[in-house]
This record gives sequence, C-alpha cells and structure tokens, in this order.
Amino acid sequence: MIQVSSSPSVPAGGGSRPAAPSGGNAPQAPGDDVLEDLTPEQLAAQWEEEKPPAAGALANAASSLVVLGVGTGALVLSVAMGLGTPAAPEPGLWPFMISCVMVVLGLFQLTVGRHNRDAEKFTRMSSAPLTGLVTLAAMVALMPAIGFELPALVLCIIWMRFLGGETWRSTLLVSAIVVAAFYGIFVLALNTSIPHLF
Amino acid sequence: MDFLNPVINGFAVVLEPSNLLYCLIGVVIGMLIGVLPGLGPAATIAILLPLTYNVEPVTAIIMLAGIFYGAQYGGTITSVLLRLPGEASSVVTVFDGYQMAKQGKAGTALGLASIGSFIGGTASIVGLTFLAPVVASFALDFGPAEYSALALLGILLVATISNGAKTKALIAAAVGLLLATVGRDIFTGESRFTFGNLELADGIDFVPIAMGIFGLGEILYNLEERHRAAKAPSKVTNVWPSRTDLTQASGAIARGSVLGFFLGILPGGGATIASMASYAMEKKRAKQPERFGKGAPEGVAGPETANNAAATSSFIPLLTLGIPANATMALMFGALLIQGVTPGPQLVEQDPGLFWGVVNSMYIGNILLLIMSLPLVGIFVKILRVRAAILAPVTALITLLGAYTINNSMFDVTLVVVFGIVGYLMKKFGFEPGPLVLAFVLGSLLESSLRRSLLVFGGDPTGFFTRPISATLLIVFVLVAVLPGIRTLLAKWTTAPSEQPITTKIKEKV
Repeated sequence: MIQVSSSPSVPAGGGSRPAAPSGGNAPQAPGDDVLEDLTPEQLAAQWEEEKPPAAGALANAASSLVVLGVGTGALVLSVAMGLGTPAAPEPGLWPFMISCVMVVLGLFQLTVGRHNRDAEKFTRMSSAPLTGLVTLAAMVALMPAIGFELPALVLCIIWMRFLGGETWRSTLLVSAIVVAAFYGIFVLALNTSIPHLF
Repeated sequence: MDFLNPVINGFAVVLEPSNLLYCLIGVVIGMLIGVLPGLGPAATIAILLPLTYNVEPVTAIIMLAGIFYGAQYGGTITSVLLRLPGEASSVVTVFDGYQMAKQGKAGTALGLASIGSFIGGTASIVGLTFLAPVVASFALDFGPAEYSALALLGILLVATISNGAKTKALIAAAVGLLLATVGRDIFTGESRFTFGNLELADGIDFVPIAMGIFGLGEILYNLEERHRAAKAPSKVTNVWPSRTDLTQASGAIARGSVLGFFLGILPGGGATIASMASYAMEKKRAKQPERFGKGAPEGVAGPETANNAAATSSFIPLLTLGIPANATMALMFGALLIQGVTPGPQLVEQDPGLFWGVVNSMYIGNILLLIMSLPLVGIFVKILRVRAAILAPVTALITLLGAYTINNSMFDVTLVVVFGIVGYLMKKFGFEPGPLVLAFVLGSLLESSLRRSLLVFGGDPTGFFTRPISATLLIVFVLVAVLPGIRTLLAKWTTAPSEQPITTKIKEKV
C-alpha cells in the first residue's frame, strides 16, 4: 500500500534551507550547492529529518483522552435522547452508534497507538499560530464595534512584521494597500453589510 | 445519436460568457495557488466557497473544478524550478524535474509536464463522458440500503488511505459524523446537541466547518513552518519539448492517463496517489531504472499526466453516485448542496445542463491551462517572488470577511475561527482533517438512508446482506477494515522491525 500525504500543504521540504530573511535583499542561502545532488532516497530522508519534532507519548495520550471525553459525553447525551429500537429508532440511536465507535477508537488509540510519532511537538515556533489566533479572535470581537478596517490593519501589521519578518516599510505599505483593497471590494464594489467604520 | 445531444448542449452552457469567465478565474486561481507553496486546492476552495453563493450552480462548480485541476498544473512549476512541490500531487515530480532543470532542461520538463497534463486531463474527460452516464444509470436502482453501504465504504476508504495513523483518521471521520447530527433530527424533529443554542437549531453549516478546518486551520499551521522566500529562478527558456523528448515520454503519458483515470475514480484515490503510482510504474517498467532521479523525462511526464487524469476522473463518483471520493470532492459536494443541487444518479437525467456543462468546461479549462503553462509560464514564475508573509494575512482576511458574507452574521465568523483552532490542533496532533469534512458532508445522507433501510428491513440489520449490491459493498467494507490489522500482526510475527526497506520510508514521507 502506498502511503501518501493527502495533506495539500507542502512537505517540510518547504523549509529545506534556513529561512532567508525576506525583505528584498535576501542573501543567498548557504548550502545551496551542498544540497544539489540528492537521490530521491536522500531527498526523502532529508525531508524526514526536517519534519517538526514529533510529540511524545504524553501528547498522544492527551489527544486520545480528549477523543474519549467527547465520545463519552456524546454517548451519555444520546442515551438521554432515547435510543428506541432499530425498527423504531429515536433521535439518540445514530449518535449513540457513532459515539460507541468513537469511544472504542479512542481506547484503541490510547493503548495501541501510544507510541505513534505522527503528532507534532509544540515548539518555540508554535507561538506564531497562537499570536495569529489571538489577533483573529480580537478581530472577531472588535469588528461589530469598530468595523473591520482598523482590526484588519493591525492584523496585517502583526502578521507581516512580527510573524513574517517583513521590513517595517513594506509592512506598512502592503497593509494599507490590502485594507484599502478589501474596503474597495467588500464595501464599495460588492456592497456587503460587513461592519465598517468609514 | 441521442446520447450525444446533451453532451453537445453542454457546450452551449460552457460557452456562455459568464461561465467562460468563471472557468478562466478558476484555472488562474488554481495555477496561482499551485505555484505558491502553502495553501493547497482544498484550502483554497474552502476559503472561496462564499463566492459561489451568488452565481448559478453550474458556474460555481465550473470555477471550483478549475481551481482543483489548475492546481495540478501549477504545482509542477515549483517542483521543477525550486525543488519545492507546490502541491502534494507534484512531490514525485521533484525527483526528476529538478534534475532536468539543473541540466538546463527546465523548459523541457515544464513543457512535457503541461503537455502530459493536457493529454491526461483530456483523456480523462473523454472517459468521464462515456463512463459517467453508465454508472449513473446503474445507480438509479440504488435504494437506501445501497446508499448506506456506499457512504460507509467511502468514508472508511478515505480514512484508511490517508497518511498517518488510520485510527486517528477514523476518529476524525467519527467526529465529522457526530457534528452532522447537531440540530434537528430529520425524522422526529427533536433537537440534538444544540445545548439550547438557537443558532445551532438548524445544524451547523457546511461552509464554516470547511472554511475553518481546511482554510484557517491550514493558514495557522503554515505560520509555524516559515516558508523560505523563494529565490527567483533563472529564466525559463524553450518550453517546447523536442520530438525525441516527446517520443521518449509518450509511453509514460499514455500509461499515466489510464492509471490516473482509474485511480481517480476509486474512493480515497485521487491526484496524489495517482502521481506516486505512475512514478513507481515508470521506474519499474524502464529499461534503465537508474536514470530515474537523475532527470528522466518519463519521471516527470508520467506522474504529471496521472495526477491530472485522476483529478478529472474523481468527479465521476461525485456526479454519478453522489459520493465524494476525496476531501476536495467533499467540498464540491457541499458547494452543490448550498446551491440546492443534490449530486446523485438523477443528476445526468434531471439536470443535464449542469452535468455536461461542468464536464465540458474541463476541455476549455485544460486548453486555457495549456496556454498558461507553455507560452505564459514566465508570468507564473515571477509570481514565485510573492512572499508567504504577505500572503498569509491576506488569505486570513479573505476567510474572515468571506465567512461574514454567507449569512451576514458574526456567528459564522466565530464558528470559522473555532473550527480553525480545531483544524490547527488536528494537524498538530496527527489527525487528518479530510475524513472529518467528508464524513460531515455524508453524515445526514448516511443517517437517513440507514434509518430508512432499517425501516424497510423491519429493524433487522442482516437485511443489508439480502440485497446483492449492499452485501458486496459491506463485505468490501469489512475486508478494508480488518485486513490492515491482520497484515500488521502478521508482519510483526514474521519480520524484525529494523529490516524495513528504505523505499517504504520514502513512500511514507511522500
């Protein structure tokens, strides 16, 4: 059986060289020549090495426990809704069947799948998605109150300057253009009811 | 020939200016996201779902389909020029494509890939034209029992063929099924899992789930893995392959078309698997297999042909059975449902304009893509300079504002962010998001056909085995579910774990 990453994202080869500081005048990444002549096997091995570090058994156990918790919760709730019989099912029967499968799979994962290495460790880099998430949540919270423009501008600046390492100059320029473009598309052209300040 | 009439009428649908325009938009977006590493076609389609609300169903699907097969063309460019696969389905192209580029034959590699893609895609559309009505007429007799078995098998296959832990993929599918039960019970009208929340009373919409889990989840995940600013590659010249190159690759293109077509139809199959299988087959068949990995033209032409053929043929199960074969098709399914069109065997008969319009638009799309990837390839190479740091906030904002426009409600935006967190955490902990979305889409169909067939069988589950088609499907289901476990057990008893050959490792990674 061929194993395939069905994830559409790029394999870790995407970061195959140290991230060159962006901003136009990126210096030539070192090692360009060293890495040139690789057989498919070596290339695959290199991608394997560059994958984010795998999380330990603890993370696997934690995710299995979450699955178990959700499964059990759904199980209890579906029993409460009434199961009925296969010939005359009540609303709870189908969710009951799914949650049973979930509990079994969760238990299986907890015991047998403990040492799988497919979970990724949270590293220092994980602060980036967290920051991103905070800005997104802030934007959702602020949009109804002050419109989308200012939160969007702040979000762009944070994502480009601090998460993306752009220069201040390109950050400010591009952010302003992006927000203006969104204003033009969503407010002026499409006339949607998105909360806006101006 | 009566059979051909609707096919020809389909061309009239495609040639409507708005459909042509959306086809162009679709393939251009597809090429772009194919070239830009980061977002894949599934994420892009998810993010752009709100765009399809205000257009005709046929126009919407023409555009979304264009994104999907356009990405297969675009992904090649980065694979060949930068050794960074733009899409998962172009990973194997890296091996020989980049070597060809190093030997100064980047243009040839790109040219062969686009010609192969064009032939594979076109051959697959022709196959689709003849096979789809046959499958659909066969499936017209399907009752609820067959549909339950088919949906179960589809979910299981998609979950088990995905990479990573199969248990986790199955768990994701179970979560998807559970999410589909939120809201009113279709039979009794009772509320389920709504926790008294009025917004949840009608169930969770498909679009916020897809946008959150596929779109925002992937954007957040990509923030962690900083993509190198791509160095603008040397100029690409002479994309027209020579006659010798073409003859050398013609066998690979022909085999890739057939292989891709059939792998695309299978549930859980699709472009990525087809490209892998084609590479493996070409290497096995070659007289000098050692040329592979050193710039063999067949190693580029075969997989690139196969991934396009598969991308096209994976529409067959969706448009004829109403069962999406992979996660991207699950998004198409959702997009059609939004439009009030239920894909299934009746589609060919009842809505021939939509069916043949979508199928025939792929001819136009493939021609457009051939033009974009041969004479215009330089433009797309320039786009490689756009940095991920700039793209990320733009896509995030498109997602949030787009989500708002669905129902003009902040609740949807909140849902998208919540499911974005879920999607990110799932990727971190090794749970594939694809099975969740697929199972969510099929959830209500599965429940209603299961309950309906149980009513027919008087509550006796063995009734499923009294009908030949559902019995066969369920036996396959059991085999697929049980065989891998048995095989692992056998393998544990017979071989020591350290003796794994290196090739399996590559395949797992890729």
